[in-house]
Amino acid sequence: MVDLTSSRSLDGPRGPKPKRSFSRANIFLYGTLIVVSVYYLLPLYVMVVTSLKGMPEIRTGNIFSPPLEITFQPWVKAWAQACTGINCDGLSRGFGNSVKILIPSVVLSIAIASINGYALARWRFKGSEVFFSILIVGAFIPYQTMLYPLVIILREIGLMGDLGGLVLVHTIFGMPILTLLFRNYFASIPEDLHKAARVDGAGFWSIYFRIMLPMSLPIFVVAIILQVTGIWNDFLFGVIYTKPETYPMTVQLNNIVNSVQGVKEYNVNMAATLLTGLVPLIIYFVSGKLFVRGIAAGAVKG
Amino acid sequence: MHSVEIRDLDLSFGAVEVLKGLNLNIEDGEFLVLLGSSGCGKSTLLNCIAGLLEVTDGQIFIKDRNVTWEEPSDRGIGMVFQSYALYPQMTVEGNLSFGLKNARMSRDEIAKRVARAAEILQIEPLLKRKPAALSGGQRQRVAIGRALVRDADVFLFDEPLSNLDAKLRADLRVEIKRLHQQLKNTIIYVTHDQVEALTLADRIAVMKGGQIQQLASPTEIYNRPGNRYVADFVGSPAMNFIDGMLIEDRFEMQDQVLSVAGYPFAKTPGGPATLGIRPEHIETGAAAEALPFHTDVPVEVIEPMGSDTLAWTRFADKAFRVRLDGQTDIRPGDQLKIGIDMAKASFFDAETEVRL
Amino acid sequence: MSDLSSINTSERKQAQRPVSLFRNLSAKIASIPMILTALVVFVGGTAWTVVHSFTSSKLLPKTNFVGFEQYERLWTTRRWLVSLENLALYGILSLVFTLVIGFTLAALLDRKIRGENVFRTIFLYPFALSFIVTGLAWQWILNPDLGIQHVVRSLGWESFTFNPLNDPDIVMYGILIAGLWQGTGLIMVIMLAGLRGIDEDIWKAARVDGIGTVKTYVVVIIPMMRPVFVTALVLIASGIIKLYDLVVALTNGGPGIASEVPAKYVIQYMFRAQNLGQGFAASTMMLVSVAIILIPWAYLEFGGRKRG
Repeated sequence: MVDLTSSRSLDGPRGPKPKRSFSRANIFLYGTLIVVSVYYLLPLYVMVVTSLKGMPEIRTGNIFSPPLEITFQPWVKAWAQACTGINCDGLSRGFGNSVKILIPSVVLSIAIASINGYALARWRFKGSEVFFSILIVGAFIPYQTMLYPLVIILREIGLMGDLGGLVLVHTIFGMPILTLLFRNYFASIPEDLHKAARVDGAGFWSIYFRIMLPMSLPIFVVAIILQVTGIWNDFLFGVIYTKPETYPMTVQLNNIVNSVQGVKEYNVNMAATLLTGLVPLIIYFVSGKLFVRGIAAGAVKG
Repeated sequence: MHSVEIRDLDLSFGAVEVLKGLNLNIEDGEFLVLLGSSGCGKSTLLNCIAGLLEVTDGQIFIKDRNVTWEEPSDRGIGMVFQSYALYPQMTVEGNLSFGLKNARMSRDEIAKRVARAAEILQIEPLLKRKPAALSGGQRQRVAIGRALVRDADVFLFDEPLSNLDAKLRADLRVEIKRLHQQLKNTIIYVTHDQVEALTLADRIAVMKGGQIQQLASPTEIYNRPGNRYVADFVGSPAMNFIDGMLIEDRFEMQDQVLSVAGYPFAKTPGGPATLGIRPEHIETGAAAEALPFHTDVPVEVIEPMGSDTLAWTRFADKAFRVRLDGQTDIRPGDQLKIGIDMAKASFFDAETEVRL
Repeated sequence: MSDLSSINTSERKQAQRPVSLFRNLSAKIASIPMILTALVVFVGGTAWTVVHSFTSSKLLPKTNFVGFEQYERLWTTRRWLVSLENLALYGILSLVFTLVIGFTLAALLDRKIRGENVFRTIFLYPFALSFIVTGLAWQWILNPDLGIQHVVRSLGWESFTFNPLNDPDIVMYGILIAGLWQGTGLIMVIMLAGLRGIDEDIWKAARVDGIGTVKTYVVVIIPMMRPVFVTALVLIASGIIKLYDLVVALTNGGPGIASEVPAKYVIQYMFRAQNLGQGFAASTMMLVSVAIILIPWAYLEFGGRKRG
């Protein structure tokens, strides 16, 4: 018996099953991922190398080859000199406009939606769920059916073409997803905490500011990421509700690159495109997991 | 013949060693329970036997066949999971037959096996239903059925009753025992519930920190725990422990001295030790007076539990639990006469915590 | 229920609570922006547009109703028909490819691979970029004189032709390449979250049953992920209907009208061609098509839940 087991333990498989590190399955797995990665990385790479080349090199060379002579002139030109129509002060104007639109829009839309989500989660009143349902269904209505009525509303209150008007539009269209986000978050905070605070004599605003807000930092970060990328990347509202002097960066970028007059300066165009994409890209790479949470939450927005 | 044999098994996740040099032989037809708190490595060991985790070192034999490198489906095992893991979009019948169909078994044979499993588990009326339409207990029967149809030599149960409520758990426990008596397969059963372990097992392996603390029959584990951890883990309410010194044939505690005559020491004792005595092994009243050691202790708290009553007393300046008959009339503040029977006591080395 | 509410009212009277309008006043004030948005913009605005689609509004909205005249004109305008055809083609292909690619990438990343975070970051970063940036980047890569076509030709394959942005027959495929680049990462992330939500024990059970990895995905896992696929479907579909910025940046509808889409048609007639009635009618058709997609889905998702 003892002999049997000891002899058996000497031969036969032992420990982990030996694996070839280049098994067929692994080659397929990593091969596919790497090929797909090339497709995803290619445009970013091409944009970067193009923006660092001079025009003669672009005309004669290969879009994939790295620049022979690195020049930052296209970036300078894109930022400060590129022309849209009669204005030749580059994308810096659009950048400024976008910032001026972005900050109040983000603050206003998140302030309104967080308080509203809190009211919907903890202070329901007759009809509150009905209005909320309309709001959520409204998120699926194509913007096109609401565009013109908003033009009329903005004209009536004197904000048409003004940055303030665009802030209002972003606040309105950001409301469904943000309200849903905050409502679900506040509803997940134990109701007993809310009850305890009420027993302690706290009311609507003091519970919001002194209990809910300090507990909700992560969801505010998610909301900020969602709104900053969404508003920065907006084109439709920017093109409709502003005028050339107040165009946001995306609209100005499109006008620069797709303008029909003049010689096409591809390096300047790519520098301008990268400049416009920089803000959301930085947010994406810095925020990592939170961005993923934000878009998963924003998934409902569609 | 050993049904399952584990030799020098190691398993680490990176730098974390989960199982260390583990050896275990399981007899044919034996019901072995792996018992331990969460993180002790019991489920990990089960997953290694199933082939769901790759071992870092060592060997696993099932029916004298080295299966260390085999796929789970080729090891001759059936497995039942805590979360049932039924395929939600298939009917009960589909769940039972899926693995067999995949192994290209003949249709007749599949039908025969499914019918037999359904009969044994009394789930014939449920065959056309989907898992979502079943209760927790029914789902677990189907999960057992899925292991049954494989006609496996060894059944592996991974905490199968943990998701059920207390009453259903008790019912299914008996059924699993009945099933084992009927089929006589080898069963390896993982649980953290000592009642399940004590009621079901032929042998229990109490695990801690990736190692087996004691491997013995339920009676042995309960009456003669191999070390202080096993003694503390098994039994409810838990065993009383009192620190003291063993000097010749005496055990000296805070303010008490106890004669240890009659205790079957493995070797000549001496030095610091811990006395362990189960609350239900403490004699009271007249029976206590018949014992060489008896004393009066003050009762502090009473917990009536119906069939019996737990009295929290103070002995050798420590909280000391005594289990009394449920009909005993006793109040906090009373004095209770207790007696300790050496035949039912345990001594552990104060340092190594091993049974003396 | 009725008993309960009557008790509540009687209690309220005894306690001399203020009239109901002022109860919970702060919450009502906090909800004013939502109520205004829901009623004025979403309901009111949509209704206004639908009503005015039956008028002959040109430069300014008017209320001289002309019945279905705008719609008759719409459905006889080639530009609209081309737009719809394009959207259908783009929509079907984008739906299929996004789901297949998104799920495949998620499944590959779910195989406990090295560098999962790196690959996920690479697949998802385009989603952070706007459609304008996406469109302009791909416009440059697909540039016939200097882009891919030029590079392949300069490698020696002189007759190589890949010029989707200037070929009316395949221009929608060019837009699709860019669209997939931007959007598949999102679906991958959603699918990956879905895969991670699957009980580990299911995988173990399948291994004990001897089911291969691919077969387990197809037969067991995908059917279990039905809700995730539905979410992805709704997401992709609503994105498709909105398709606008990408076309503007990539082709501006060209060559000719070969890559026109409905959303662009609406903007064109509302804000450029000063034919509001046409724009209203076209946007109403967009609303109808969304309703056709969403109502069965909402019925299945929410109606079914109430019954079950």
